[in-house]
Amino acid sequence: MNRVLSPLGTFLNEVNTVQEDLARLFNRVSPFGATVTGPTGPHLSVWEDEQAIFVEADLPGIDPEKIDVTVTEGNHLAIRGQRPAPEFDGATWVRQERPYGEFSREIGLPALVDNDKVIAKYEFGVLKLTLPKHEAVKPRKIFVKSGETPVVSPTICNPAL
Amino acid sequence: MNCAPKNGACKTSVNEFRNRSVSPRVDILEQANEYLLLADMPGVKPEDVDVSFDKGELTIHGNRSTGRAEKRDFYRSFAVSDTVNAERIEAELKNGILTVRLPKVEAVKPRKISVHG
Repeated sequence: MNRVLSPLGTFLNEVNTVQEDLARLFNRVSPFGATVTGPTGPHLSVWEDEQAIFVEADLPGIDPEKIDVTVTEGNHLAIRGQRPAPEFDGATWVRQERPYGEFSREIGLPALVDNDKVIAKYEFGVLKLTLPKHEAVKPRKIFVKSGETPVVSPTICNPAL
Repeated sequence: MNCAPKNGACKTSVNEFRNRSVSPRVDILEQANEYLLLADMPGVKPEDVDVSFDKGELTIHGNRSTGRAEKRDFYRSFAVSDTVNAERIEAELKNGILTVRLPKVEAVKPRKISVHG
């Protein structure tokens, strides 16, 4: 496939604003407002409940078997893989914005998870991970015994007397 | 959006729409007989995507209804030259990638002219 550098010309001209795209191409803006630069990885959503941590990664058009998900030390998640460039015989580029090639994203998880019980699903171009929390960090219900003082005679309470 | 530009109420709704819609990244490729437009729309189901062509403008719109990620629509429009045969535009969504095929009109397709001796 040949890459043509300045061919856009007459065919497809953008109608809506490109400002947002430029911002996205050159920067990654974190939710805290700081700009983070570096290798591009998939956009992630991470949330948790009492039992598990959930991660969703936007990975459109990727063979699920070629996505590598690893959890190390119980709280370090890495998602790696490769996205192929589109291949069409005899095609030339008019515009190329979608990233391809290798990607990786590594994050620290907010709690220890059980490595053996991680579930990964891929649907509609999104990787969905369910990472059950380690037993030690799950909240545990402690039963509180009734505070009622049993009706007892003073002799039982003070057996020494 | 069909409304007067100075209509305050309408302006708000346009802004709201812009705030929750994001323009998907696209690749555009040209082949001998057609143009191909590929757009990343992760999390969008095939039944939630809408591709329309009106007055020379191609609009792609995907509603992200799956998953926990922020509920944002994918929206982008392009002015398409009249070298495209609008009646034969086809679209397909698979694994979060929208592929739109825009066949060229016969007049601009490359043609082999045979030369008689």
